[in-house]
Order: sequence, then structure tokens, then C-alpha cells
Amino acid sequence: MKASNSRWKEHLAAKMPESLAREVDIFETELELRKQGKLDERLFAETRLRKGIYGQRYDNGQRHDGQKVQKLTYPSRDLTKGPNTLWDAPGMQRIKIPGGGLNAEQLETMADLAEEYSDGIAHVTTRQDFQLHYVHIDDTPSLMRRLAAAKITTREACGNSVRNVTACPFAGVCRDEAFDVTPYSRALSKFLLGHPDCQNFGRKFKPAFSGCSQHACALTSMHDLGFIAAERRENGKTERGFQMYVGGGLGTVPYQAKLFDPFVPPQEILPLTQAIARVFTKLGEKKNRNRARIKFLVNDLGVEKFKELVLEERAKLPPDPRWKEYVEEARHFREEPLRPPGQLPSSTSEAFRRWLKSNTRPQRQEGYVVATVALPLGDITANQLRALADIARRFTRETVRTTVEQNFVIRWVSQSDLPELYNALAAVGLGEPGAGTILDITACPGTDTCKLGISSSRGLAAELRKRLAEKSFQLDEAVQNLHIKISGCFNSCGQHHVADLGFYGVSRKMAGYVVPHFQLVLGGEWTHNAGSYGLPVMAIPSKNIPEVVTRLTGWYVKARKNGEAFQEFIKRIGKTELKSKLEDLTRLPAEQTDRSYFSDWGDPREYSLGDLGIGECAGEVVSSVEFDLATAEREVFEAQVAFDNGETARAAELAHQSMVHAARGLVKIEFSDVPDDAERIVQEFRARFYDTQKFFDPFAGGKFAQYFFAAHEKTQTPRTPESVRYLIEEAQLFIEASHSCYNRMAAPANA
Amino acid sequence: MVDPLMELQHVNVKLLVQRPEEVDLEPLVPIFHRWIQGQVSEELLLDVADYRHVAEGPGVVLIGHQANYSVDNADNRLGVRYNRKAALEGSNLDRMKQATRSALAACQRLESEPGLKGKLRFNGQELELFINDRLLAPNADATRESIEPELRAFLQKLFGGSEYSLRYNSDPRRLFSASIWASQTLSVSDLLKNLTS
Repeated sequence: MKASNSRWKEHLAAKMPESLAREVDIFETELELRKQGKLDERLFAETRLRKGIYGQRYDNGQRHDGQKVQKLTYPSRDLTKGPNTLWDAPGMQRIKIPGGGLNAEQLETMADLAEEYSDGIAHVTTRQDFQLHYVHIDDTPSLMRRLAAAKITTREACGNSVRNVTACPFAGVCRDEAFDVTPYSRALSKFLLGHPDCQNFGRKFKPAFSGCSQHACALTSMHDLGFIAAERRENGKTERGFQMYVGGGLGTVPYQAKLFDPFVPPQEILPLTQAIARVFTKLGEKKNRNRARIKFLVNDLGVEKFKELVLEERAKLPPDPRWKEYVEEARHFREEPLRPPGQLPSSTSEAFRRWLKSNTRPQRQEGYVVATVALPLGDITANQLRALADIARRFTRETVRTTVEQNFVIRWVSQSDLPELYNALAAVGLGEPGAGTILDITACPGTDTCKLGISSSRGLAAELRKRLAEKSFQLDEAVQNLHIKISGCFNSCGQHHVADLGFYGVSRKMAGYVVPHFQLVLGGEWTHNAGSYGLPVMAIPSKNIPEVVTRLTGWYVKARKNGEAFQEFIKRIGKTELKSKLEDLTRLPAEQTDRSYFSDWGDPREYSLGDLGIGECAGEVVSSVEFDLATAEREVFEAQVAFDNGETARAAELAHQSMVHAARGLVKIEFSDVPDDAERIVQEFRARFYDTQKFFDPFAGGKFAQYFFAAHEKTQTPRTPESVRYLIEEAQLFIEASHSCYNRMAAPANA
Repeated sequence: MVDPLMELQHVNVKLLVQRPEEVDLEPLVPIFHRWIQGQVSEELLLDVADYRHVAEGPGVVLIGHQANYSVDNADNRLGVRYNRKAALEGSNLDRMKQATRSALAACQRLESEPGLKGKLRFNGQELELFINDRLLAPNADATRESIEPELRAFLQKLFGGSEYSLRYNSDPRRLFSASIWASQTLSVSDLLKNLTS
């Protein structure tokens, strides 16, 4: 697209590290080969994914404009960059930022790229990366060269590879950490990038480092591999090491990482990770990508057996000097301030005091603070990035990092500089208070740009943020500290499982329309590195979600006892009472005069067309299906209540039963007299909906049906509380998929 | 003397609006979706990106294949912006004309959109021109010297010979850009007429 594309290579030749320059050259050749039809589209798709180049919504060349499906006819016509992915369709470029650390020049580069190749916005992700949207694939080699000149690579930012190695953004300055994990995370990131043992995974692999176990900053429990800094006394000396966790992950069904080793010395973290990568490559699922994350392998084998296999592999590894050579240097790693420490000057500005309260945090180094730049929905403009670069140079030695809450932190700010820093940030619209509060909502891209999005997570987040900001200063302190996280679908990119108030996008058919909804997820814990996961409670129309937030937070303020945390409050109240409090919000207004329910937040297009054209006979079947699906929903809810009451066997039985009822509903569409016998229902469902792929989700394939089959096979197998928890999640997802299948079958072809 | 290598592509034109504090950007979301439904331009229109939550940001953007349209508030200056993404044949003058014509046409369409209640209107005097490619047109004196004759010829035509003032942005990190003030107020249709005459 860009007229300058052919000139950047020569222009930046002296600035790009040779290895990065070579990588881009190779990719450019592959791109050219694909254009000439000499490279298979599937192979090219994985190639570009490993360079961080993702597809984006509507890249199949079709878009529903609210009235009809429009065919998008691009100049390159049928040329593809992957299966069903048109060449000219805009895509997303993910840019890896190890540990979230950026210098001023890198911020400026990001600004230039956002302006020239995207829509003027850079988006900070929940894994400390950047994303640029609406990027043309022809521009990506230039974009990568400009990143390479700033010492940034996009290599392995997507695809079945080791993703960004994240780290606590407060590492080195946190008062509660054991030690600074920065150099260790950087060493692992460098070691794993392009490592031959990490090139043949069945799925992605995400590592994270935390300096402590109590805070949320690195979320190690929900990572494939998590390191938490630990110290021990040995022979009168303090030794550094890491608690090492493996097999965590969110995704459709979240898994808590398991403790692999309570203390791994620094010189062992690289080789042990390498050994884990080899075991994952050898034994991890490859064909069924829905069970290919390492969490399934660890769960299936058990952590002890998994560890045994890893240690066997470790023993066989040929020594590599990189394992140890950074360790001594790491001990002495320290960032330096630019300005001397100081005292906070007195200020009369109310706006400054508000910002100070929510957006700053004292460092363990006396006289310095970390200032958080709160980005609405993780978005920042090119001009703001340049201003941030100026601020980083003016007040610090360019010590800026991105965070998993989609913000920036500026480290090593002298306290005496805080008013000036605030003024500089506020002058460019970056001085908003509310970092880490209920205003600081996390949202994945959702239906804005993601191909998998079901509901508008960003639209909802923007609406909630606007409403909460209007009354933020009147909000009770307990409410201000809550976290809201929103995903556009069940895949958890918005981390809804670890929020006080989590939401993920689903849809329901109501009054003849498909209506955007969100599942309310409660009980998650953000602190303790994402210490526990919430469970879905009920699906509510998108347009009623702000009222859900108002009711729940209001109720919490009125009814909480002795300062109990929100999670404890929800547990005490119980889901049955909770559900009854919100039940009316699950329905549409009686008159159905408010058509806004049929479109999503921030998107006025009608979510579905009106008349579904269902005849009388089909209408009866439809009613019956809806009845069965409603039964299934009730049962999975009862399963949750039973689980919360410690009745795990009953919970498992109910979860299984709910799946059977959802399946029965679908089977009835074709076989209205299906007997009420679980075995027969499974058999009929398999033949009619799984083998025919009618049940298959366009992206998840038959994954949710497999949950059902597995649950049915294991009805007689004793279950641990943890596995019952997974079963409930899986049942919920199977029911959601049944709704989707039913919607697909009932809707007209173009709806 | 014009640098023969100075090829100006990806021209952006922004028309500043009057009384920006009275303009509500929310109606732009359904308006742009409607433009996609009707494919109102010769360019392929794809999607709408809503950045109203970002301070001094791109506002609401109508994403297209060849170009984006937006009501943009960068630098706290609200205006209708045309951002040409695909390269164009022709001379630099042709490309400046094309981008300005497209910005004016979009502005004219917005001025008549009932949802905006007549509040979004070109202020008649101010426009900004950017070259969205730092390699083709770095923001430096050499670019200014090279582009100025063609730019002045273009502005002469656009303003029908009436006077104007011209100022360049001097921050070398920013895109090459010029802010232009016409000495007399001109309507969108006046300017379109001048460009086509």
C-alpha cells in the first residue's frame, strides 16, 4: 500500500541489527512467494502469525452491514493470506514488548507506525504487547524494519510459539517483592526467541514473572509457565530463586497453574524451561487444537508425572553457556533515576490530589514513586506516545513499562517532580485518575476487530467507563477498588475470570431476534497473581449490563459486613439470591418498543434481522428447543450452587444433566420423539450434529461437543473438586454452543 | 527547484469545523455505518472505529480500503479528515486535489446529515494538509522547499486567487504538515467549485 515500502530496507540498513534485518528479508520473500502462488496459504498463514500478523474481523470479504451481508471486493480479488482470509483485508499487527519495557525512541517509533500504517491509535494489550489495527499486509515488512531499527521484533508474537514473556511492571521498585525479576525475564525472553525447541508446539505458550505472590501485577497463576521470585537462607547466605508454576491458562475453561517446584535457582530456569518445551513438543496435543495448550497435558499427566518427564529431559540436555552467563550480571542489575529523590510539594489542586491517590505508588527506594498512566481501553494516540517519550526523557532515564491492565507506568519519578509530571501528562490528556480502580476497565477487542467476538466488549467497556466516571467521586471506596473485565467471547482475552465483575459475550434468541448478551462471571480474584477464577452466573442482554453493575455495587455497599471483600460478599449471599436480584434484567422490556436491545453497545447495526420465517410446525419444535435450553441453563446454575455448597458429586451430576438436556433440545429439531435417555441422546446428537458438523462453531469446530462426550464418558468416574469446576465451565460452554447452533439453524441464511 | 524524487503520496487533508465544542461525535457512528450500507463513495468502505474515549484522538473513523475518513480531534482541533492510504497515479498537484476534493465531499455530506443537526460545519477558513509518509516527505526544511511551489499553486487554485497564510509544523518528529488560513470565508461548495474549474 505505502509508496515508500520499497525504500525502507536501504534507508534503515545501518540501523537494523543484522539478525532482525535478515528475518524481515526472509518474511518479505515469503510474502512475495505467496503473492505469486508459490507458497501454500496455510503455511503462509502460520508464517505471518509467527510474525505477529493476525487476521481481523471481516477478512473473509464479507460484512453484515445491519441490513444485508455485503461482499467486500478488494483490488487483489481472491488472493489470500490464509484460508478464507483475503489479502487486502485489513489485519492486526501484534508487537512483542518483553516485560513491557520501552525507551523513548521505541515509544516514538510506535507513534510513527500507528500514524502511518494504522488508524492513529496504538493499543496496549493485557500481555504488555502493542497492537496496531487495520494494517495492510503489504506494509508489514516496512513496519517490521522500522521496529527492528528500534530493536523491537514481532517474531513469535502470535502463532504456536512462545509469546511475549511478561513481567511485573513494578519489578525492581516494588516494596513487596523478593527481588527484581527484570533481568531474569529478559534472559528467558532472549533465550526462547527462535529457540529450535520451541518451534513445534501444538499451541501457544505464555510465560510470566512476578516478584511476589500476593499482588496481581504478573498474573502468574493463569500462565503456561509462571515464575515467582523467592529467597531462601542456605549456609547463612540468602539465595535467589523462583517458585515455578506450570499449566495455568484462561481460555474457554480456565486452569490454575500447578506448583512445579518451590525453589528453582536462577541458573536452572532456562534449562528447565527448555526441557518443558521439549516435553510439550513431544507429548502435547497437535491435532486437536482445543486440547493443545500445556494446561491439558499437565492436567492429564498430573504435575508430578509431568515434572518427572521434564527432569528426565533436563538430564539429557546438552549444556548451553547461556543458561548461566547472565546470572551474575542479573544480581547487580539496577535501573537508575535521572533526578535526585525528593519530597512531595504541597498542592492545592484537587485534580492533582485525585490523580496522586489512584495513580501513584511509592517505590521501595525512598523519595521515588511509580506513576501510572491510565489509558482508556488501552488506547493511546500517536501524539500522546510522543509526549510520553518526552516525559520519559524529562523526568526519568526512560524507564517506562506497559502493564497487564493496559496502562503505562513511569518508574523512578522523584516525588518532588510529581506536580510537574502530572501537568505534563494532563496537558496531553494522559492525566486521568482512576488507575487500578473500577474505572480502569479491561476489555479485549471483541466485535470491534476480532474475528471471534460475539458481543461488543469495547463498546460495553466505554459505556460503563463513561457512566462510572460521571459518579466516580461519589462511589464508595469499596466499589472504587473493584475490577471489571470484559471479553467479547468465551476465550477470555479480556481476563473476565479474574475480575470482581467479569463479563463475556454470548447471544440469545429472544422475541424472534438474536440479541447480544453478556454472561456475568462472579467470584474471580485479581490479587494473588489471579488467585482464583469466577464462574458464570447468568446471561443478560448487553443493554442491561450497566444496570447489573449499578445493582451489584449498590447492594454490596449496603449489605457487606465488616468490610468484607466483594468475592466474600458474593460467596456469602449465594448465587441463588444473586440470580433472583437480577432475574428481571434477563428479559426484554415487555413492549419491545426499545429496539436498542437488538443492537450492541457502540454499534448501531441490528444484531440480527427481524422475522426468522419459522413456520408453524417448526415453531413448535423451536419452542421445545428453547424449553430444553432453558432447562439446561437452570441445571448448570444449580450445579454451581451445589458446587458452592461443597456438594461436588451433585454438582457434577447436574452439570452432566444440563449438557444432556441442551443436546436433547437440538436433537429434537430433527427427531422430535427422541427418548429421554442420556445414552440415546448422546448417540443421536453425535450422529446428527457432530458427525455432520452441524454443531461445529466456525472457529472452535467441535470442541464444545467433545466436552459433552467426555463428560458423558466419565459419569461414573470419581471427580476432584477441581475437575467438577472444569466440568461446570464446560457445561456452560456446551450450552452456549447449543444456543449458537440453534440460532444458526433457525436464522435465515444472510442473518 | 522541485526535487524530482519528492513524490507526495498519502496526502491527508483536514477541514477545521466551526464551534467544535458544540459538535457531538456520537451520531457519527450510525452515520458512518449508513455510509457503508450505501457504499456512498467510489472507495471501498469497510468499518467504523470509535475512539471518542481517547483525548485529542482520531474521534470516529470510517475505515476504508483506499482511504479513511474521520472527524478527528488531534491537537484539540476538530476537523473532517481524509487520509489517503492507497498510492495514486498522477502528479503531486493531482494528489493534493484528490485528497482535498474527497475531504470537501465528505464534509459536505456531513453538513447535510440530519443526525448532526447542522452543527458540524466547515469554518470556511482553516485547513491542514499532511503527508502521511515520513520517508517520502520527512518534516524538514528540504521538504518544505521542495513542496512549496506545488503547494502554493494548489492553494492558489483552491482559494480562487484570494489571499491565505501558510504555516508549517516545525517538530521534526511530526508528519510533514501545513496549516492554511484563507483570508476570506469560503464555503465547501465554493472550494469544490474552484477545484473543478
